[in-house]
Amino acid sequence: MSLDDLYMEMILDHYRNPRNRSSDLDGHDVHVHHSNPLCGDELDLRLRVADDTVDAVVYDGEGCSISMASASVMTQAVTGRDLADADDLTECFRLMLHGEGIKREEDLGDGVAFQGVAKFPVRVKCALLGWMALKDAITTYREGGAEHRVTHE
Amino acid sequence: MFDPTTVRKDFPVLDRTVHGRPLVYLNSAATSQKPRAVIEALVRFYETCNSNVHRGVDALSEEATDRFESARAKIARFVGADPRGLVFTRNATEALNLVAYSYARVRLGAGDILLSTQLEHHSNIVPWQLVAPEAGFEIRYVPITPEGELDLDAFEEIVATGRVKLFTVTAMSNVVGTIIDVSALAARVRAANDEAVVVVDGAQSVPHLPTDMLALDADFLAFSGHKMCGPTGIGCLAAKPELLEAMPPFLGGGEMIRDVTLEGTTFNDVPYKFEAGTPAFAEAVGLAAAVDYLNALGMDAVRAHEVAILERAIPALEALDGVTVHGPKDPARRGAALSFAIAGVHPHDVGTLMDREGVAVRAGHHCAKPLVRALGSAATTRASFYLYNTVEEINALCAAIETTKQFFLPDAGPGARSPGRGQ
Repeated sequence: MSLDDLYMEMILDHYRNPRNRSSDLDGHDVHVHHSNPLCGDELDLRLRVADDTVDAVVYDGEGCSISMASASVMTQAVTGRDLADADDLTECFRLMLHGEGIKREEDLGDGVAFQGVAKFPVRVKCALLGWMALKDAITTYREGGAEHRVTHE
Repeated sequence: MFDPTTVRKDFPVLDRTVHGRPLVYLNSAATSQKPRAVIEALVRFYETCNSNVHRGVDALSEEATDRFESARAKIARFVGADPRGLVFTRNATEALNLVAYSYARVRLGAGDILLSTQLEHHSNIVPWQLVAPEAGFEIRYVPITPEGELDLDAFEEIVATGRVKLFTVTAMSNVVGTIIDVSALAARVRAANDEAVVVVDGAQSVPHLPTDMLALDADFLAFSGHKMCGPTGIGCLAAKPELLEAMPPFLGGGEMIRDVTLEGTTFNDVPYKFEAGTPAFAEAVGLAAAVDYLNALGMDAVRAHEVAILERAIPALEALDGVTVHGPKDPARRGAALSFAIAGVHPHDVGTLMDREGVAVRAGHHCAKPLVRALGSAATTRASFYLYNTVEEINALCAAIETTKQFFLPDAGPGARSPGRGQ
């Protein structure tokens, strides 16, 4: 497979023009910090919930194009979805990256651009970083928490 | 000096291609490639005299033991050590753990300082941290300057307390290449406390610099075989034999004993006291072949070759727009591990793009997170050179950097400023 399959235009676009990238979010309910010590990626995610729905989600961080673009894509894909639905979509994204086929292709939106990453095992965790942070933020919210730090290996 | 294009012919793997392009291997600081002489030494050992050492009375075992002990003597000579003080370990990491467990844990206590530095690989930080709580000593670190040199004023201040009882330092940084004047620092540490010992992490320096333990003024010297053209699974702790004699064993088992009863055990002489279980004897023979190979080229010539590479590589990288080289710029002050940053492109993206061009570099924290953090980043890209790298490969590296920049920063034409992170 060629390199261009990995870094498709869509991924590069999200990397160069990130959506919903911010170091703060008014009235956020949860803030999670996820890091990957292996590559040094750091990501902050803030989630605001209204009526059990993702009202707004922003991310900020330092990382490679794959991790940052994937977080950008994630914010677009889950905003407005109820929490259970966002959780389910996250699982679909994870399965796609593990080469287990694409479900809810339309809902994943630009996220489908990351399917080629499945062929680069060392980069899969980069692509998952933002999505795993969202999943953790939802869990933290449900458990009544407001802050959580997670280190991925 | 030797011709690297001739040297390359001794390394079979350098003939291969990666993604359809010739392999440009710039990751020798992680592990070096192996010359045919080393590969054949391993094969020859297994084909002609493989048998467990120090065990049998049969001819094979005697031959194997003889080869193993000759390897020990040769490797000890290579670093100016006494063969009785040359302990075979799995790697430099295990050698440093041995010193932490059998020396620092026992000999240092409350009120003592174990002094390390911010330049260190995790293997020269974590083992000391593991034993410090039990022993009760304090760990201090010499900070580094923005250029990747040790802050000597801070070093002086800590040493002046007279409480430094063990000083441990790398002789050459695996990230920024800095060469440390170990003997000068050792003299200061000893002057302030005559009980102090000096531990040197030679994982990067032994493969690249002529090494003499006495000249370094080291009590302990740790190094790995696989970074110096030898096999994996074999490393060494070179130590003053009298220090080893006074130390308790690290691991227990066969080989390291003199007599065992169900009530207790008396231990073998050094270095065997520290070599529990069947040692990596074939690998030791392989490492001796690597030492022969390096000796034939001459370590002075290896160093001269790398200085020549650095004299070209550093200006070539710095001439590229948006590229910053970390660490000392003077080739005389540094080794051939060259970390750099490309503004606006994450090191992992650099690594992936370069791999597509056939250029193998390392991206990440290089197992030296405190150092990389001090450089102000979470990760760097590192190109590390060795005796088989050529000037043409510097050009290939520079071309791959330009390709990477084009890919991620197509709008940043020549002379344009690279963008930071977008919003």
